[in-house]
Amino acid sequence: MKIRGALVVTVAVIGLGVLVGGLRVNPYIYFAGYVVLQYVVIATAWNVLGGYAGYVNFGTPAFFALGAYTSIALLEAFRAPLPVLILCGGLVAGLLGLGIGYLTLRLKGVFFSIATFALSVVLQTLIINWDYVGGAKGYTLIRPPVPFFRSWAVLLFILMVVLAVVTVLVARTIERSWIGRGLAALRDNEEAAECMGVPTLRLKLFATTISGFFLGVAGAPFPYYVTYVEPSSTFDLNYAVNALAMPMIGGTTTWLGPVIGAVLLGTAQQIATVTISSELNLLIVGVVLVLFVVLAPEGLTGLVRKLRRRRA
Amino acid sequence: MFSWDLVANAVVAGILLGGFYAAVSLGVSLTFGLLDVVNIAHPAFVILGAYAAYVMNSSFGLDPILTGVLFTPLFYLIGAGVYRIYYGSFERRGEESLRGLVFFFGLLFIIEVALSLKYGVDYRMVEAAYIGKSIDLGGVGIAFRLLVPCLVGLAMTLALYLFLSRTFYGRAVMGVSQDQVALRLMGANPVRIKTIAFGLGIAAASLSGALLITISPVVPSTDRDYIGRVFAITVLGGLGSIGGTLVASIILGVAESLMATLFGPSWSLAVSFGILLLALAVRPAGLFGR
Amino acid sequence: MTTAGALLDIDGVTKRFGGFLALDRVSIQVRPGERLGLIGPNGSGKTTLINCVSGALPTDGGRILFEGRDITQLAAHQRTRLGIVRSFQIPKPFVSMTVLENLGIPLEYAAPARSGDAAVGALDILRMIGLETKAHLRPAGLTQIEMRKLELARAMAARPKLLISDEAMAGLSSAEVDDILTILFRLNEQGITIIMIEHIMRAVMRFSERIVALDAGNRIAEGTPAEIVRNPAVEKAYLGE
Repeated sequence: MKIRGALVVTVAVIGLGVLVGGLRVNPYIYFAGYVVLQYVVIATAWNVLGGYAGYVNFGTPAFFALGAYTSIALLEAFRAPLPVLILCGGLVAGLLGLGIGYLTLRLKGVFFSIATFALSVVLQTLIINWDYVGGAKGYTLIRPPVPFFRSWAVLLFILMVVLAVVTVLVARTIERSWIGRGLAALRDNEEAAECMGVPTLRLKLFATTISGFFLGVAGAPFPYYVTYVEPSSTFDLNYAVNALAMPMIGGTTTWLGPVIGAVLLGTAQQIATVTISSELNLLIVGVVLVLFVVLAPEGLTGLVRKLRRRRA
Repeated sequence: MFSWDLVANAVVAGILLGGFYAAVSLGVSLTFGLLDVVNIAHPAFVILGAYAAYVMNSSFGLDPILTGVLFTPLFYLIGAGVYRIYYGSFERRGEESLRGLVFFFGLLFIIEVALSLKYGVDYRMVEAAYIGKSIDLGGVGIAFRLLVPCLVGLAMTLALYLFLSRTFYGRAVMGVSQDQVALRLMGANPVRIKTIAFGLGIAAASLSGALLITISPVVPSTDRDYIGRVFAITVLGGLGSIGGTLVASIILGVAESLMATLFGPSWSLAVSFGILLLALAVRPAGLFGR
Repeated sequence: MTTAGALLDIDGVTKRFGGFLALDRVSIQVRPGERLGLIGPNGSGKTTLINCVSGALPTDGGRILFEGRDITQLAAHQRTRLGIVRSFQIPKPFVSMTVLENLGIPLEYAAPARSGDAAVGALDILRMIGLETKAHLRPAGLTQIEMRKLELARAMAARPKLLISDEAMAGLSSAEVDDILTILFRLNEQGITIIMIEHIMRAVMRFSERIVALDAGNRIAEGTPAEIVRNPAVEKAYLGE
C-alpha cells in the first residue's frame, strides 16, 4: 500500500539523519547539510504554488524572513520553545500568502508575481525600522545549552531533516490528491478548469497559503542557525533565485523535482562558496536558470520522462 | 516640522521626479501594456544604461545624456535579440506566463550580479556641467539635475506618443495588441512588429538609465527599487496608455516626494507598493485603461 | 412561451465593455430538452452572451435564472456544477494530461454525485464520441477534429443539463460537421438541452428546433429555421441593405 511505503521511507530518511548526526565528523558537514535541507523545504514549498498551480512567487525572501522574524519576536516576548516558533512562523507566513493571494489572485497571474516581488522590498523596509526585533542593527541570539543532542549543529541538522521530510510528504500528498489534479488543470488552462467545475480561486488561495506556511517554517529556525540575524542577509535575493532555480532544474510538475534541484544546486553552491566568490556563484545560478528555462523547461525529471517515453 | 515651503519644494521635486519616472516606465508601458510581455527585467536594462553612462563619463568625460542617446541603437539590438529568444522559446509555444516570467527574472538577476562583479557595490555617479546647479523660482528651488532628466523624460514620452499615433510602424504596434489577423492581412508581420516594439522599449531603457545616474548615484541593486515603481505606474496609468503613464508617473513622484519629506526616505518604496496594491484592488484597468 | 418552466431564463441581460454596449437587455428563454440555435454576424454578442451565461463574465444588468434559480451572482464553477456546461470555440485542453485525464477533471469536480465509477464513465464518453483509441495520448498528439471532439467529450463528462456548444464546427469538413452533429443529436436524445452557436448555416438549420438571431447586442428575430430564413431583419443583419 502506498501509504505504508511512504511511511517506511520517511522513517528510513529520518533514521539516516539521526545516524549521520551520531557520527563524529567535522561540524561543518552539519551546517552545510542544514542549508541544503533548508533549500529542500524552500524549493518544495515554492513549487506547490509555482509548479503545481503555475503562479510564480518572486518574494520567497519575504516569507522566509517572516518566519525568522516571527521567531525573534516570540523569543523576545515569551522565550517560546522551538516547536512553537516553527508553527507560528509557518502560520504567520501562511497568512501573508493568503493575504497577498486574496488581493491579487483574481487578476492575471503576473500581478501576483509582481506583488510578491514588491512585498519583499516593503517587508524589508518595515523590519529595518522595527527595533524590537533588532532593526537594521540586527539581532543576536544566545543559544541556550543544547537539549538531548551533542551539539546545536547536530540538533539543527536533524530538525531540518524532519522538516524536509514533512514538507515533501505534504507536497506529495497534495500532488496525488484531487486538489493536485485541480491545481494541474488550472495551471494548464485556468479558464477551462473553472468552466469544468474547478473552484480555481479557492485552490489558488490554498496553494499560496500552504506555500507561504512552509516557507515560513523554513525560516523559523534560522535565528538559531546563524545566531546573528540582520535584514539584508535574511532578505537575500539568493533565496528568491534559488527557490526558482531549484524546481526549474529538477522539474516543476512533481515533488521529486524540487528535491533533486535543491540537493544538486544546494550542494554545488556549498562547495562553490569555498572555492569561488559568492557573486560568481550567484551569476552561475542565474545563467543555469535561464538556460534551463529556455532549453529544458521541464527540468531533469522532465528529460528523464521524455527519454523513457521514447524508449517505450 | 511643517511648513508650506517644505511641501511646495517636495511637490515640485515630485513633479520633476515624475517626468523622469515616465521615461523609465515608457519601455514597460510599451512591452507590457501593448505587447503583453512581462519584462520584469526592464529596470535591469535601465541600470545597465546607467552604468554605460558612468563608464563613458569617467573614462571619456562624455555627458551622460549624450551617452544615453548614443547607446540607443545598441540597446535596441539587444532588446530585439532578447525578444526573439523570448518569442522562440515561450510565446510561440504558448507557455508565456510561468516560464516567460522566470526567464526575465533570470535576466534581471544575471545583469545585476554581472554588474556587481565588474563594478563592485560602491555607489557610482557622473559629473556634468548642470549637476549641482539650481534655479530659484519664487522660493522653490529647482535643481538642474532633476529638471534636465524631467525635460528629457517628457520629450521621450511625446516622441513615443507621436510614434505610436502617427507613424506606420507605430500604428502597427497599436494594432498588434488588438488584432493580429488583421495585421497580417495588411501585410505586416506581427512578430517583426513586436520585435521592433520590444527593441524600442529597451532602447528607452538606455536613455532613462543615463537620466537615472544624473539624478542620483547608482549601485547594481538599484534596479529592484524600480520594479515596484515601474509596474505601479504602468498599472495605475492603464496598460497601453502613454498619456496615462505620464500622469501616473507624476502622481507617484509627488506621493513619494511628500512621503520622504514628511516621514523619511526609507518609506518611499512602500509608497509605490501601496499604490500598486490600491490600483489592483480598486481599478485594475488603471486610470486611462482600455 | 412563459418564463415558468424554462430551463434557462436570460432576463434582460446587459453587458458593457468600457463605452461599448455588447449586449442590450437581451432576453431568451430555453425550454428543457430543446435544441436552440443562436446565430448572428461577427460581433453581434453571441460569445459575450455565452460568457455571461457560463459565468466567465459578470453582467452589467439583468438576471440569469437556471431551473428557476437566480444564478447571476454565482461563480462559473458553481454554474458548471449545477449543470450549465460550455465548450470553447478554440479548444482549451489540459495539455499536461492525457485525453482520459482531461475527462477526469470534470468528472471529479463538476458532477461527483452523478458520475458513479469515474473511470468507466470517461471511457464510455470517449467510445461514444469516437476517441477511445486516443485515451492515453496527450492533446498535442491530436488532430484538429479530434481536439474539437475532446472539447465536447470533456463538456459531456461534466454531466450537463444544458450544453452550450460554441462554434464547435468551424473549419471542419462536411463529413466532420455531420460527425459532430450526430453526436449532438444523440446527446439531445439523452435529455440534454443544447444551445448551438454556429456560422455553418446548414448545421444550424438541420439541428435547431428554434433559432434566435442577435445583431449588435440585440435580439432581432426568433422562430423556426424556416421562419428565420425568410426573416428580413436577419437577412439585413447578415447581408446589409
